[in-house]
Amino acid sequence: MFNNAQEFFNLLPLVIIGAGIVFSLLIEMYSKKSELLLPWFSVIIFLAAGLHSLYYVGDVSIVLQNMLATGGNVNVFYAIFTFGAAIVCLLSIDYIKKYGTYFGEYYIILQSSVLGMMLMAGAKDLFVIFLGLEIMSVSFYILAGMNRKKLNANEASLKYFLLGSFATGFIVYGIALIYGSAHTTSIDFITSNFAELTKNILFITGVLLFLIGFSFKIAAFPFHMWVPDVYEGSPTTVAALFSTGGKAAAFSAILATLFALFNGPAGNLFTPYLAVISVLSMFYGSIVAIAQDNFKRMLAYSSISHAGYLAIGLAAGNHDAIAGIIFYLAAYTFMNLAAFGIVSLLEGKDETNLSINSYAGLGTRKPLLAALLAIIMFSLAGIPPFAGFFGKYYIFIAAVKAHLTWLAILGVLSSAISAYFYLRIVVLMYFKSSEDEFVFEPSNNAMVAIIFSVLLVILLGVFPGTFLDLITRFI
Amino acid sequence: MTIPIEYYLILSAFMFIVGVAGVLTRRNAIIVFMSIELMLNSANLTLVTFSSYLGNSIGQLFVFFVMTVAAAEAAVGLAIIIAIFRNKLTVNIDEINILKW
Repeated sequence: MFNNAQEFFNLLPLVIIGAGIVFSLLIEMYSKKSELLLPWFSVIIFLAAGLHSLYYVGDVSIVLQNMLATGGNVNVFYAIFTFGAAIVCLLSIDYIKKYGTYFGEYYIILQSSVLGMMLMAGAKDLFVIFLGLEIMSVSFYILAGMNRKKLNANEASLKYFLLGSFATGFIVYGIALIYGSAHTTSIDFITSNFAELTKNILFITGVLLFLIGFSFKIAAFPFHMWVPDVYEGSPTTVAALFSTGGKAAAFSAILATLFALFNGPAGNLFTPYLAVISVLSMFYGSIVAIAQDNFKRMLAYSSISHAGYLAIGLAAGNHDAIAGIIFYLAAYTFMNLAAFGIVSLLEGKDETNLSINSYAGLGTRKPLLAALLAIIMFSLAGIPPFAGFFGKYYIFIAAVKAHLTWLAILGVLSSAISAYFYLRIVVLMYFKSSEDEFVFEPSNNAMVAIIFSVLLVILLGVFPGTFLDLITRFI
Repeated sequence: MTIPIEYYLILSAFMFIVGVAGVLTRRNAIIVFMSIELMLNSANLTLVTFSSYLGNSIGQLFVFFVMTVAAAEAAVGLAIIIAIFRNKLTVNIDEINILKW
């Protein structure tokens, strides 16, 4: 299976998570204290896998008979997924206690979904993309419906399942056509022969079907219907994972498979499609979000518009765009985790405090939380000293370099619109007072997770160059 | 006499379109799910066709993966449909609509 010890060592992040799933199953089966043990065990394995992949980020290699890549940006993605999942675990501990719905499977399925994401990021073969995607998606369907007694959780999970597997159908059919025209499923072969393959109509159809399927997964415009419903209905901590890990994994799979899009004129064939979905999702997301009253639905529409900004990077199709996309994904992951984290912390037992107006006057009642949420809102809106700004900046610069200035201008316009509903939260928190009683259960674990992600957002915003250099080195 | 490859491809494209149309028009969650399975099977037919036409076995291998994954998806999907049926006593997706703006 492994050619040598080095190969095994490079694969350790995957092996740690895989072994962690097995051990977690055993803990859940045999330990009476699994509710106490499992979350911390998951946090530890996620951190171990994440630190390993960050520390050995330079060990670039291809392992398992050309099936998986390790090192470089693959490891950067591993770190994003695992740190994100560790934050989700910390947020979940008290959230689950609040609702009184503990299932040990929650953490096990969380781990398996991260394993799926990691396979997608490292894939060197369409087989692996497909398997990783399905491991992630099937785990997500279960996680969305974890709170199985509640009707809106059931509904969220049914919608996610039906639309998610519909998208899978497109992806598999696309892969079948790509295989038929390229005669192989190896991504390296497809990348190096891309220009020749795009002369074949079968291949173009296959890639388009593949992109359509992934548009569902990244929640881009014509295929976004499931996003607000799923985010609203599923547990808040799980929605945090969908909007960050799920989206980052889908983008990592697109980057891995269609690296050729970024490699020259042959990729420009798909630019019109990508440009159209990016413009539509940016504007649709930002405009509809203004009309939302529920915080989770607002974040869902904002996630649609962020998918649009990221798709600008795909349309731009140069190496700067890849760096921009990865930077944006890292920034977006931690911003959104913190935003959803604060929502899940403030959420009352029966889904109270979810409307935007219940955040009025938070600035005087809970100054620390309000300050953290304000930082996140500024960052999501793309205001300079924070990470969100640099993510957008790098992507727009890449678009300008690719002679898509109009797309960058539309992107700036859309983020100006979106600033309205992000800053509305800040205004509500600091300049409105509210008579209503505001009850929520404080949680130290969640606070640690939120502060950690806000710190990462600030660090990425203050020293963007360090991280960008790291990414650019491996493209 | 061998059947030309186009026939298989047209058949599977037709199956795929039937599946997509089924997902978009049917209102019963189970029938929608069956249409999704039809889409996966049309992809399987394409893979097997190409595999035998090109004389390499990757496509047939892929079919096994797709079938396994479809089985896993069916298990999870039917469980979700049962969970919603217990709470609501319907599987009609037009009536499952408490979430909207």
